[in-house]
Amino acid sequence: MEYFIQQLANGLTLGSIYGLVAIGYTMVYGIIGMINFAHGDIFMLGGFAALIVFLILTTFFAGIPVALALLVMLIVAMLMTGLWNWTIERIAYRPLRGSFRLAPLITAIGMSIVLSNFIQVTQGPRNKPIPPLVTEVYHIGNITISLKQILIVVITSILLFAFWYIVNKTPLGRAQRATEQDRKMAALLGVDVDKTISITFIMGAALAAVAGSMYLMYYGVASFNDGFIPGVKAFTAAVLGGIGSLPGAVLGGLLIGLIESLWSAYFSIAYKDVATFAILAIVLIFKPTGILGRPEVEKV
Amino acid sequence: MTGEPLLKVQAVETYYGNIRALSGVDVDVHKGEIVSLIGANGAGKSTLMMTICGSPQARTGQVIFDGEDITRLPTHLIARKRIAQSPEGRRIFPRMTVYENLQMGAGLDNLKYFNEDVEKIFTLFPRLKERQSQRGGTLSGGEQQMLSIGRALMARPKLLLLDEPSLGLAPLIVKGIFEAIKKLNKEEGLTVFLVEQNAFAALKLSDRGYVMVNGKVTMSGTGKELLINPEVRAAYLEGGRH
Repeated sequence: MEYFIQQLANGLTLGSIYGLVAIGYTMVYGIIGMINFAHGDIFMLGGFAALIVFLILTTFFAGIPVALALLVMLIVAMLMTGLWNWTIERIAYRPLRGSFRLAPLITAIGMSIVLSNFIQVTQGPRNKPIPPLVTEVYHIGNITISLKQILIVVITSILLFAFWYIVNKTPLGRAQRATEQDRKMAALLGVDVDKTISITFIMGAALAAVAGSMYLMYYGVASFNDGFIPGVKAFTAAVLGGIGSLPGAVLGGLLIGLIESLWSAYFSIAYKDVATFAILAIVLIFKPTGILGRPEVEKV
Repeated sequence: MTGEPLLKVQAVETYYGNIRALSGVDVDVHKGEIVSLIGANGAGKSTLMMTICGSPQARTGQVIFDGEDITRLPTHLIARKRIAQSPEGRRIFPRMTVYENLQMGAGLDNLKYFNEDVEKIFTLFPRLKERQSQRGGTLSGGEQQMLSIGRALMARPKLLLLDEPSLGLAPLIVKGIFEAIKKLNKEEGLTVFLVEQNAFAALKLSDRGYVMVNGKVTMSGTGKELLINPEVRAAYLEGGRH
């Protein structure tokens, strides 16, 4: 039982990270109907931005409190990654809006390759280690929970709440939902659709940057190809939860995290990715719109 | 009519790809007027409405609003000049509540007058009040029509464009909507440009009207003139009378 709870805690931590990244996929899909395959690499960029900020901070401001370092790291990573994603949308995706459906998809795959190669060339192909930032662990019986796991879950929850609030309660969120549901009508009501789409990319990237920073903190290394497997898993999470649905992205992320850690714990760790994707396939066969996805039936 | 019109559409041609939908359309709407545009299906009436809002933009010709050339402005900036449209197909946001749909209408002023204006809309269309927390997509056609008009009014428009406000509505509701338009025009000086299939009701309501055939304006005159014009009667009124 304790072993099970331990795995649950691990899965929840991992799932939080996937969930944050999945939101970026699902939001962009919702608003412009395109899978941003470069989003996984945006997540990886976030990790690198955090790593670089951390190294600068510890080199020039030795003795800076860890909490402050973490905060600065998160904020700078969010800003930088947001700027990256804004630029990508502006130069690579916007000119293709209204073009045939496959064009932005292929471009996104191209951007993904560009980003990971760019990091590989500029930062080197080897894993970049980061000294452990947060080392405290708590023991409850035989269960070990580290402070960083708690931090990850808490930060994720705060961000999710802030994000939920923005999307559901603010004029910006209304404009985003309106753009998602009927872009032309939104423009007729004075919504600057291009700006709204740009902001959506920035928000998605900011969440991915936080996820990237936490992934870095959790595993202690950053690598240029971190965008791939975790990125694909976050995408899977978005699809599993129902692409286009925000609660779905979080639920999907948590499920993927749990499946992965429980499978690794009870069966074979080598097959954890097989298990994850097999469950995705099964869910999609029986519920093609994902768990919380909406069937496209609306009264006209 | 004297003075500069509020809206002046001048020799406008609009294309969908290579297909010309409007050819040399001239329409004037003066401040405080109700002007209707009648014509058969596919004549280009809705295209004209959307061209005024810049979606699609006119290929040639000019759209002048309040003395300013808005032909090449993007749609959202035209909306910010206070041209509000209840478009063809109503285009309610299906996964937003009625209340949120109305909030979208009031976005230009950041909801500054929202509470005040929403009460007016609810008085005008009490059905919307009952349904305010329901999702737009679950409303009946008539309720969606009311919501679409209400949402346009929330923008405090200088010019209200209505595309087929009577479409799919029971005659009694149509009467109510037309009375509401008349009332807003009389009491608040609202300028209205409407497209209608229901030519009789539209012309009766309007100060002036235009008849559109195959993307061209073929006739214009006061509402009364058009109502008694034999050609108009033959084409749009006889047999189609409500």
